[in-house]
Amino acid sequence: MQRLLVLGGGTAGTMVVSKLRRKLDPDDWQITIVDRDDKHLYQPGFLFIPFRAYEPSEVVRSRHAFIPDGVELVLGDIDRVEPDAGQVHLADGRRLGYDYLVIATGTTPRPDQTPGMLGPQWRTSIFDFYSLDGATALAGALAEFDGGRVVVHVTDMPIKCPVAPLEFTFLADAYFRGRGMRDRVELAYATPLPGAFTKPIASAQLGSMLDERKIAVEADFLVERIDAEKKALISYDEREIPFDLLVTVPLNMGADFIARSGLGDDLNYVPVDKHTLLSKAHDNIFAVGDANDIPTSKAGSVAHFGVDVFVGNFCQLVAGQAMTGQFDGHANCFIESGDGKGLLIDFNYDTQPLTGRYPVPVLGPFGLLKENVGNHWGKLAFRWMYWHVLLPGRPMPLPAHMSLAGKHQPRQAGTATTRGQ
Amino acid sequence: MTVTMIGSSHVHVDAEGFLTDYDEWSEDLARQLAAKIGIELTDAHFAVLRFLRSDYAGQGETATLRRVSTQAGISIKELFTLFPGKPAKKMAYIAGLPKPVGCV
Repeated sequence: MQRLLVLGGGTAGTMVVSKLRRKLDPDDWQITIVDRDDKHLYQPGFLFIPFRAYEPSEVVRSRHAFIPDGVELVLGDIDRVEPDAGQVHLADGRRLGYDYLVIATGTTPRPDQTPGMLGPQWRTSIFDFYSLDGATALAGALAEFDGGRVVVHVTDMPIKCPVAPLEFTFLADAYFRGRGMRDRVELAYATPLPGAFTKPIASAQLGSMLDERKIAVEADFLVERIDAEKKALISYDEREIPFDLLVTVPLNMGADFIARSGLGDDLNYVPVDKHTLLSKAHDNIFAVGDANDIPTSKAGSVAHFGVDVFVGNFCQLVAGQAMTGQFDGHANCFIESGDGKGLLIDFNYDTQPLTGRYPVPVLGPFGLLKENVGNHWGKLAFRWMYWHVLLPGRPMPLPAHMSLAGKHQPRQAGTATTRGQ
Repeated sequence: MTVTMIGSSHVHVDAEGFLTDYDEWSEDLARQLAAKIGIELTDAHFAVLRFLRSDYAGQGETATLRRVSTQAGISIKELFTLFPGKPAKKMAYIAGLPKPVGCV
């Protein structure tokens, strides 16, 4: 009996077991998945909670409901992986052996990593919205907010869903307008990037959308600490950004057990081959979803497309064949822009987000990098798709590899020669 | 990719002027690259550049500010002092390495 052990029952881990349970013979393969609790969070929904467009109860379901029959779900905290012994130690002393290990424990906001963030102002005037608690607390703070300076802030890259802070900013602008108090709110966006986004065409488009909404961008801003008394962000080069309400995206890091196991980089991400997601250090360990170090967005769509390629490769690997699937870093994301509209971006390792149209059977096409109502409805419809199609591993009408069909290419073929900061 | 003249050397650079051939770099060239962006190199700068060069040789990618601070013990604050404004980009430029892989 061969043993496949998956760490993390979030988006990527759940898709892996859903798909592989159908492909691997139950007489030959035992599949186990570990998570610390039985709550599966629909993380894209967190964005809407501060604005009371979603209730917290709409984004939580039981994990085990999405784990197929024939897969054992183990609840417990992971202490460490012992790659040489092929086993994982849980904090309560249990040990789980494996022949193949898939790490899918994602990335987590870490407010403890910035001095002053978790001080007396935390959840008083400093909020995050990447946790269910944070998003819920922020809904209360926004409802009570009576005007002043609101700063949306990104601590450092990479972050999970890198467009979400921009979406939050657009939605906040629309929210304050809706309450008839936009003239009493000064909105600012502070980012360590040189502009609104990393890639040039999207950065220009999103940057001009910030301008139109009179949202000041503070670029190249790398926070060193927060002065809770002054209520100000302070950067390494000693710039200060004062706030009345700070909505921050704390530093994102992979799970601590990855560091304890010696499997991670400086931010606890597992270094992998970017085309196969196989660990660079161990030939029976893969890292999928946000847990790895591939140079593309940390996002559910990347988890989805990456898992599609991984599953095909894994079946070849265990059959003694060469892995022929090559993940291209494909990502696509709806971007909410307020007032019931949204944009769509679609890109990969080599092609930056471009304008044009994104063809999808029945639902599409969707306009790329262009605000319209269809993209907003696409985003809302996605919650249903997530629970009913994506997690159970049913086929989605989206190919894993990015296609250039419908995209407008700039003169130099749109290759992503600029690579961030 | 184009060939350009920096000081007395012909080097290969990308569209933004970053060297594309690891072996075309020298400390003398670094001084000239630094001068182009208004930085005069000191020993403190060279400590960073040498770390970046050797780390790149092992890792295959340019170290982030965080990595320089944890692996070479040079604080991010000091990196901002040595390479003001956009330290990650400036360090890589002077060290003759690709821009650090930004994140999308």
